[in-house]
Amino acid sequence: MSILERGPGTPVTIGGVRGGPQTPTSRRDLWWVQPVVVVLGLTAFVADGLWAALRQPANYYANPLLSPYYSPCIVSNCKYVYGPIIPSWWTYPALAVLIFPLTFRLTCYYYRKSYYRAFWWAPPACAVADARPKYTGESRFPLIFQNIHRYAWYFALIFAVILSWDAITAFRFPHGVGMSIGSLILLANAVFIWLYTISCHSCRHLCGGNLNVFSKAPVRRWLWKRISPLNEHHMLFAWMSLVWIAWTDFYIWLVAAGFIPDVHLLGAH
Amino acid sequence: MADATTEEVRAAPTGQARQEGDGAARAEAPARPSPRARPEVTSGREVTLLVWRGDASGGSFVEYRVPYEEGEVILDVIHRLAATQAPDLAVRWNCKAGKCGSCSAEVNGRPVLQCMTRMSLFDPREPITVAPMKTFPIVKDLVTDVSFNYEVASRIPPFSPGPPDPDGKRRMAQTDVDRIQEFRECIECFLCQDVCHVIRDHEENKRLFAGPRFMVRLAELEMHPLDNLDRRPLIRGEFGVVMCNITKCCTEVCPAGIHITDNAIIPLKERVVDSYFDPIAWLGRKITRRPRRTPVTRPWSAEAAS
Repeated sequence: MSILERGPGTPVTIGGVRGGPQTPTSRRDLWWVQPVVVVLGLTAFVADGLWAALRQPANYYANPLLSPYYSPCIVSNCKYVYGPIIPSWWTYPALAVLIFPLTFRLTCYYYRKSYYRAFWWAPPACAVADARPKYTGESRFPLIFQNIHRYAWYFALIFAVILSWDAITAFRFPHGVGMSIGSLILLANAVFIWLYTISCHSCRHLCGGNLNVFSKAPVRRWLWKRISPLNEHHMLFAWMSLVWIAWTDFYIWLVAAGFIPDVHLLGAH
Repeated sequence: MADATTEEVRAAPTGQARQEGDGAARAEAPARPSPRARPEVTSGREVTLLVWRGDASGGSFVEYRVPYEEGEVILDVIHRLAATQAPDLAVRWNCKAGKCGSCSAEVNGRPVLQCMTRMSLFDPREPITVAPMKTFPIVKDLVTDVSFNYEVASRIPPFSPGPPDPDGKRRMAQTDVDRIQEFRECIECFLCQDVCHVIRDHEENKRLFAGPRFMVRLAELEMHPLDNLDRRPLIRGEFGVVMCNITKCCTEVCPAGIHITDNAIIPLKERVVDSYFDPIAWLGRKITRRPRRTPVTRPWSAEAAS
C-alpha cells in the first residue's frame, strides 16, 4: 500500500489486494436489459426529433394544432408566428428553438444517469465495471457544463408556458371554442411538460432546497414540500413527456399531411 | 457464469483438512458461529454455495453444499457452513438485523447485507456466489479492510454550531431537521462505497472522491440549521462531489433506504453550483448581503483541532 500525501485530493491509503473474482461483473441477472432499452428509447427519440425538424414539407401546423417541436415558431414565414425573430430564409424553424429543451434534457440529472449508463458505460449497471480505464466525472470540460442545468431550467419554464398557451389555443377553432382529439393530445402534452419541468432537481433546490432553516421561509418550505414528492418521479415524467411530445408531433403531422382527420368531439369547428 | 470457471472453483476441503493445512487462517477465523445457527436441518433443502476463500496472497471460489431452512437468509447459511464444514471461514457480522452494517458482501455479484438477503430470492438449483466487497482490500475470505472510510471520515470538519441562546441553550425547529433525519439512518455498511464505480473501478479516485457515504455525512452537516461552517469549498475540492456522475447505484443498494443521490449528492452539487457557477446567485448574495457562514477550505484534522 502507499499513502499519497501529495497532489490533489484526500491523503488516504489506497492500493492493497482486492478479493473476489477479477471479472467485470459477477452479476447473473439481466443487468444489460435496462441500458439496451435506454439506448433504443433515446436513439429513437433523437431519430424522430431529427426527422421532425428536417422533414420537408414540415407539416407542423393543422389549425389550431401546432407541433411542440416547432413552438414557439420564431421564423417570419411560419404558419403560426410567435415573433418574426429569424428571417424567412431559415428553412428549419424547429432547429431555431429545439436547442433550449434539448439542453434542458441533456443536462437533466435523470438523463445524465441514463446516458452515462447506457451510452458511456460508466458504469453500464451497478456492480458492472466501467468500460474505460480512466474516469474524471464531471470535473472537466466538457462535462463541467452540466452545471448550467439551472439556466436550462429557466428556459424550460418559458417553454412550459408557451406549450400551455398552445394547448389552450388548440381549443380555439375558426368558428369558436371546441374540442378535438388533437386538443386533448396537446393538453396532455402541456401537463406532462409541466410535470417534468417542476419535478426537476434544480427547481427543487431553487424553490427551497438551498435553505437550512425552513422555519423562517414558510412559503419556500411549502413549495419544497410539494415539489419533493414530484421529484421522486422525475424519471417517469421525463419519459412520459419525451414519448408524448414525439407522439403529439406525429399526430399533427398526420393531420397536416392529410393522412387522418382530427376527429372533432365537442363545440364549434 | 462469468466468475466461477472450472479453474477458479476448488473442491470443498473437509473442515478438519482445511484447518490442518491453513494454520494462519485458522488463527484469524472467527470461532463464533451464530447462536441462532442450527447445524441440523430437517427440511431436506440444500443449496450450492460458491464462497470466496483466500486472502491477500490469492483466493478462489470454493464450492459447498449446505442445507437450509425456509425463511433463512444468506448469513444463516454461511453460519451453518462455518459450523459444519468450514470452521476457518472468516465472515464479519454482528446484529443479524440489518442495523450494524457488518455483514456486507457481494452475493451473485450484487452488494448486499448477508443478513437481509433471503434464500427465497434465489433459485435453489443454481449455485449462489458469495464474495467480499470488491472496493476494499481483502483481509480474509469475506472480510475486507474498510479503513479507507474511517480515514475519509476523519477529514470531515465536525458539527460546529454558533453561539448558544442567552440562556445557554441551542434551539432548532423540528421542521428544520426533518430533512437531515434521513441521513442519520446510515448504518455505515459501506455498500454504497462498494458499488460506487468512481472508487470501485478506479482505485486512484479514492483520493479525489470521498464516496457516497460521506456525501451523506457532508449533506447532513451542510443542511444542519445550527451548523456554522460553509463546507462547499471542501465538498467541491477535497471531497470531490464533481466526480459523481449520479448513476444512482448507491441509492439502489442502500439497505437503510436513504435516497443518497436525490437527497444528498444532487443537493450538494446544486449548492456547489450556487457558489461557483451561478453569477445570479452570487449577485443575489451581494445585494442582500446575506450573512455567510465561515467557509472551510482546509480539511479537518485531529492534530490541528487540538
